[in-house]
Amino acid sequence: MNAHVEDRTPLVEMEEISISFGGVHAVERASVNLYPGEVVALLGHNGAGKSTLIKILSGAYRRDSGVIRIRGEEARIENPRDAKSYGIETIYQTLALADNVDAAANLYLGRELLTRWRTLDDAAMEARAREVMGRLNPRFQRFKDPVKTLSGGQRQSVAIARAILFNARILIMDEPTAALGPQETAQVGELIQHLKSEGVGVFLISHDIHDVFHLADRVTVMKNGQVVGTGRVEDLTKDEVLGMIILGKCPPGATPGPGAA
Amino acid sequence: MNQTAGGAPDRAILARANRAAGDLARFSGRAFRAMEIDTRFLGMIAALLIIWIGFDLLSGGRFLTARNLWNLSVQSASVAILATGMVLVIVTRNIDLSVGSLHGFLAMVMGVVQARYLPEILGFGHPAIWFVTLMAGVLLGAVVGGLQGFLIAYLSIPAFIVTLGGLLVWRGAAWWVTSGQTVSPLDSRFILMGGGPRGAIGDVATWVLAALACLALLLLQAAARRRKRRFGFPTRPVWAEALMAALGCGAVLGAAAVANAYYWPAGTVRQWAAANDVIIPAGGLQISHGIAVPVLIALAAGVVMTFVARRTRFGRYVYAIGGNPEAAELAGVNTRWVTMKIFMIMGVLCALAGAVASARLQSATNSQGTLDELLTIAAAVIGGTSLAGGAGTIAGAMLGALLMQSLSSGMILLGLDAPLQNVVVGLVLVAAVWLDTLYKRRAG
Ligand SMILES: Nc1ncnc2c1ncn2[C@@H]1O[C@H](COP(=O)(O)OP(=O)(O)O)[C@@H](O)[C@H]1O
Ligand SMILES: [Mg+2]
Repeated sequence: MNAHVEDRTPLVEMEEISISFGGVHAVERASVNLYPGEVVALLGHNGAGKSTLIKILSGAYRRDSGVIRIRGEEARIENPRDAKSYGIETIYQTLALADNVDAAANLYLGRELLTRWRTLDDAAMEARAREVMGRLNPRFQRFKDPVKTLSGGQRQSVAIARAILFNARILIMDEPTAALGPQETAQVGELIQHLKSEGVGVFLISHDIHDVFHLADRVTVMKNGQVVGTGRVEDLTKDEVLGMIILGKCPPGATPGPGAA
Repeated sequence: MNQTAGGAPDRAILARANRAAGDLARFSGRAFRAMEIDTRFLGMIAALLIIWIGFDLLSGGRFLTARNLWNLSVQSASVAILATGMVLVIVTRNIDLSVGSLHGFLAMVMGVVQARYLPEILGFGHPAIWFVTLMAGVLLGAVVGGLQGFLIAYLSIPAFIVTLGGLLVWRGAAWWVTSGQTVSPLDSRFILMGGGPRGAIGDVATWVLAALACLALLLLQAAARRRKRRFGFPTRPVWAEALMAALGCGAVLGAAAVANAYYWPAGTVRQWAAANDVIIPAGGLQISHGIAVPVLIALAAGVVMTFVARRTRFGRYVYAIGGNPEAAELAGVNTRWVTMKIFMIMGVLCALAGAVASARLQSATNSQGTLDELLTIAAAVIGGTSLAGGAGTIAGAMLGALLMQSLSSGMILLGLDAPLQNVVVGLVLVAAVWLDTLYKRRAG
């Protein structure tokens, strides 16, 4: 299933990406890539640098060095607006919601629908919000309330809805199901399958190794800011992946990175 | 705790009263929810009415007169204008301590422009002087505000520090404009912005304006209802719509009636009659003030700023930044540019407030607006703007300005000493914020 995929130009290539905060090398010479219709899982302990790496792709941080290519062409991603212009949408681990405004305002934040008088078209935004949220979380009805009054799962649904609202070509999901119940988690799984079938590339960060083996095509494991290795899910066992995460040992089924022990 | 012999029946009565009160609260709660009116805003109106009625009783009916209410509206205008902008500043977790000084500085500049430069260029008494002056002030205000905003947004210097510096710098600059001399007299048209018998629009225009305002309210309400219908969203019950319309129009028409019930002083009428060859009839001639020009300016500022805050992208970004600056940035909002624009708007409002205040005094002095930054911040906060950011309404802040001016005027009317007035205003500010935290804790 992946053989034909790899013949094509990668959707995303991140090469030798480094960034440090003060003296801390949060990410060091990390390389990952992503093909259309592919799900790549990023794994690693807390503090391994997963969120930092994807925040460089989403424009939240500026890298110190390294190259990002989108569809084979070098991309200038200096801020979140740049990333969005490449079709990159992100569900942040912290959700990044403006707590004091409602779901629709969050969904359209930065890209509001306007009436022909160039004023906010709140009714149209709410209607679209109801449509998208209805697919993710059919019981959700609290469209008038500020999102700070919503439950953790509902807030996560809002963050997910925002990422899929604008036809992302590249979707970054940083622990998207952390606050969801089993039913909503399953729905996110279906959503990912659906996006794959439409050729969307997905970076998925998750702690649930079962989920990862179920949804991902490839896994990239990070440790201490470096990539331990990358491999296809069918070439790896769960124990081997755990070994990569915990010991930084790259098994024969995976391609080692600079962080391999 | 009161264990008397008659305890049992007392308690029964109390319980019944309690139940009735609970029912009433639940019913009114439902009614307000049906009308989708902010209960907090209603609380402020109630507080204002209590203050007004209280002062009226204490002063033996001298507070709730057309004359006093009209003056109150004029005196509130300049802080109300400033408060409309301060809301946006505080909503984004910033502060602007420079507004009092900046408005003094801009008033001085406008004073010199209209009294010294423009008469030489355009000719003394030229009808465009007031407008050119005002535009010069607005432009300079936008530039100065933009400069402060740039330092805050792009150089990441805390707003508190930048505007504290601004407080000192612009107060000093206000002195430098004329080396401390008061500028007077001002242009005869410019001073109409300050109110007074001539600086009010008269009864006919007031009624016309009130009617137009009512019409606008009804049309807006109908448009909102139609939009909701179109998207199949639930709408308010018809009785709630009707009640809201009636309340809104009633308030507008009532305010117009009060403004029209305040007549020109006899001396002004005599002057006017002499100048216009009008013969005053035997019973005297009653000429209504109508709404004062500075009040119109403040109301216009309030309407425009409310529109900006609620119906534009910029306004949405202001609130989103206040709720979570990082989230706004990650969503692609240019948070720095938005912040800088807020301070530019604040500068423009300082020019308007400076024009209104100097026009009212018919002179520009370098101490004008001293401490207004604190009154403005207090008005915004009393009006429900949260210092933690993310929440606040323009209308609330304007009501806050009116409330504080009501306290000052009422105490002057009662003959309280100035120091005691400050004590009371200070205590009210603290109490209002305390009540608000209680309210928020209960509302969740
Ligand atoms: N904004 C920041 N400032 C300073 N240090 C940071 C910042 N963001 C991340 N780090 C550090 O970078 C490392 C990687 O963090 P992160 O990318 O969040 O890990 P993960 O998402 O894999 O749990 C951690 O040591 C963290 O403390
Ligand atoms: Mg993380």
